Parts: sequence; structure tokens; C-alpha cells
Amino acid sequence: MPEVGAWSAPLPAAAPERAGAPSALGVARLMLERDLRLAFRKASQLIQPLAFFVIVTTLFPLAVTPSLAELRRIAPGVVWAAALLSSLLALEFLFRDDAQDGTLEQFALSGRALTGLLVAKTAAHWLLTGLPLALMAPVAGAALGVPEAAMPGILASVALGTVTLSLIGAVGAALTMGLRRSGALLSLLTLPLVIPVLIFGARATQLAIKGESYSAPLMLLAALAVLATTLAPLAATAAVRINLE
Amino acid sequence: MSEATLEGEKIHLWRGERHVLRGVTFRVTGGECLQLTGPNGSGKTSLLRTVCGLSYPEAGAIHWRGKDVRRDLPAFHAEMAYLGHEPPLKMELTARENLAYWIGVRRRMTRAEVDQTLERVGGERWSDRPVHTLSAGQKRRVALAGLLLMNVPLWLLDEPTTNLDVDGQRLVGTLLEEHLAGGGLAVTAVHHALLMSERGLRPLELGFA
Repeated sequence: MPEVGAWSAPLPAAAPERAGAPSALGVARLMLERDLRLAFRKASQLIQPLAFFVIVTTLFPLAVTPSLAELRRIAPGVVWAAALLSSLLALEFLFRDDAQDGTLEQFALSGRALTGLLVAKTAAHWLLTGLPLALMAPVAGAALGVPEAAMPGILASVALGTVTLSLIGAVGAALTMGLRRSGALLSLLTLPLVIPVLIFGARATQLAIKGESYSAPLMLLAALAVLATTLAPLAATAAVRINLE
Repeated sequence: MSEATLEGEKIHLWRGERHVLRGVTFRVTGGECLQLTGPNGSGKTSLLRTVCGLSYPEAGAIHWRGKDVRRDLPAFHAEMAYLGHEPPLKMELTARENLAYWIGVRRRMTRAEVDQTLERVGGERWSDRPVHTLSAGQKRRVALAGLLLMNVPLWLLDEPTTNLDVDGQRLVGTLLEEHLAGGGLAVTAVHHALLMSERGLRPLELGFA
């Protein structure tokens, strides 16, 4: 019997453009449109993480102290920990539904590059969870006594940070997509990897609140996003292929 | 392009401790349909999933047009369609939307083409209803519409007649006959005999060795 290694597939090359086939960009657009449409038909899944974020951040003034000066001090930590956890909440559904109803399998067998399809799905996930969080973060910040001048900094850091969260989360979601109750394992896999995002994100927010320049941590967040964009899709593709077997 | 042939060569597949496929060999060319028969658990689905590249066999090879499919899986996938036990549909989307995304990533389709195909499978009346409101047989018909719209030479079908009424089973038979008459190939896993002519049918019985 030949060794198993003889069967290991070579890295899948990007599918050549065929007559009548949509372009790679067209495929990505189709996938994005599909996921957005599906999300709006299941609005509860869409609202849940955002509601969680709002509830957690508004509980702090009630639980800790109504003093704005005090709240302003803890605001970066509160906003970022809440953003991290609520983005984890939505991750579980990223690939699992598609894996269960067999549609992901069909996309893997479509002859199109699976990596591109997964990137499009992850982009849709960011648009549906990361972007709303980024828009909501300044509002939550306002409730914690964050000055108006710090709002652009908070928005930018959460927007950038959630890109990395979605991408790294996609790897975790791909690894656990075959499990029925994957929430705990998914958090365990993903949380350690996203700690740098938490650190630099909270630092950027802290500096923005103090009115100092926050460009250094923001650039580090951007670097993390670039790194995740480069590596995470490949890892997610490999994980999906293993789980489809 | 070389002639459309699908060959399996001494395929061995293990599932955990079980040796499911023990040296399965077959050959199908244009106009032929390989019928996989055998009791539950004899490896029909496993063989289909191995052929389409979802499962990795421990030994053996699958050749399409004379070349090992592992050399260029995307090119092979672009020429084949696989339908599993469950129709691969999103419950929240309508039949038409499902087809637009499922098949849309493979090829561009015209509205008329989709309409015609939906009519062919008897779905013109419910094609704009969310799939979760459809019956199991209607979902299966949507899957058949997808199969036709893919417009590929090789069909891999796992129990294509499940949940279908007699009319639907006849439809599957007719579609297969037309596909074969047009030079297409098919591999089907079946429990019940398909309602179609015997021409081109080639049985392959899987069993517990």
C-alpha cells in the first residue's frame, strides 16, 4: 500500500478563468451578497452581539460608580473587553450553518478557489459584527464619560481591531465547525491569539481619551490586521477542507 | 480535450478502524451510468465522496480524462456535480436565490435559463417561496434544478430519488437518460431501481468483504 503522503493534495491553485464563469471578484461579491442577505433574514443573530456589547458597557456605570472621572479611567478596558467577547459570540455561526446544510461543501466542490470564498464570508462577518461594534463603541464610550474628542480614535481602533478578530476568529470557527456545541472550545482557541489586539486597542483608546497621540498603537493594530489578512485565510481554508472530509 | 472517462483504481478507504472500501476498481465512459448498489454501510456514499475529492483514500487513484484528479482538483470540480443525501439549500432563501448563489459561483446564468430549468423540475409555482416552506420532495427538485444548471459532464448522485413521488422518480430517470444520451457520465448510489431504461447502466455491487 503506498504511503498516505502520496495523497496529500498539492496547494490548490486558483481556478483558471473559464468561459461563462464569473470572475474571482464576481464570485466574492456573490458570496458577500449571499451572507448579508442571509443575515438580514435572521436578524436575531445579527442583533445579539451588539445588544450584548451595549448591555455590558452600560452595566459598568451602574455597578462601579456614577462618577464620570472614575469611569473615564476604566472605559478603555470596558469597551475593549466587551467588544472582544461580543465578537466571539457571533463567530460560532460563521461557517457552522453552511457546513450543516451542505452548502459549504458545494462551494468547496465548485472548482473556485475556496480561500477567496472564505475571505468573502469573513468580510461579510466583519461588516455584520465588526463595523456595527465600531459604530457603537463611541456611543458606549459617551456613557462612560469619554470626551467627544476621543471618539474618532475609539472608532478607528475598534474598526481596525475587529478586522483581526474576524480573521483569527475565522480560523477558530473553521476548526470547530463540525462540533455541535463549539462555543467554549472556540473561545479557548481564539482568545489567546487575540490578546495583542486587546492590548493595543485598549492602549489606543486610553491615549485618545487622554487627548494624546494614539497613532503608534493604531499602527500596530493595522500591522496585526495585515498579518492576519495574510495568514488566516490559508489556515481557515485548510481547516475547512479537513472538516469537510 | 481527451475523452470523458472516469476510472477508479484499487481504491482503499479506512474509516477509523473500518476498512470500508477494499480495492474498488471501475471505469465509466460517456453515455454510461455506474450504479452503486449494496447494503447500508457498504461504502456507497464513501465511494462517491472519495471520487469527488472530499475524502482522501489510503490507497488507489481516481482518473478523469486519463489524469489523476488530485493533480488539478479545481479543473475536475468544474466538470462534475455532486449531490449528497440532503439538498444543499439555505432554508431562509427562496429556490431561485439558492440557485443564484449555489450555481452562480460556477457560471453565469440567464433568467430564462433558470426559469426553464425550474419549470422542468416542476417548480415554477413555488420557486419564489423560502425553501423552509417547501416539502422534502420539492427541496429535492430544487437540487435537481441545480444539477441541470451546473451543465457538467459528470454527475455523482447519492440516492437521487429520496423523498420524490413517482412522477419525481420518473423525472430523475428521464434526466439521467437525457444526460447519458448527450454523452454525459453518472455514478449513482441507489437503493431502489431507478425508473429508466437499462441502456448504459453498469452495476457495481459493494459489499462487506
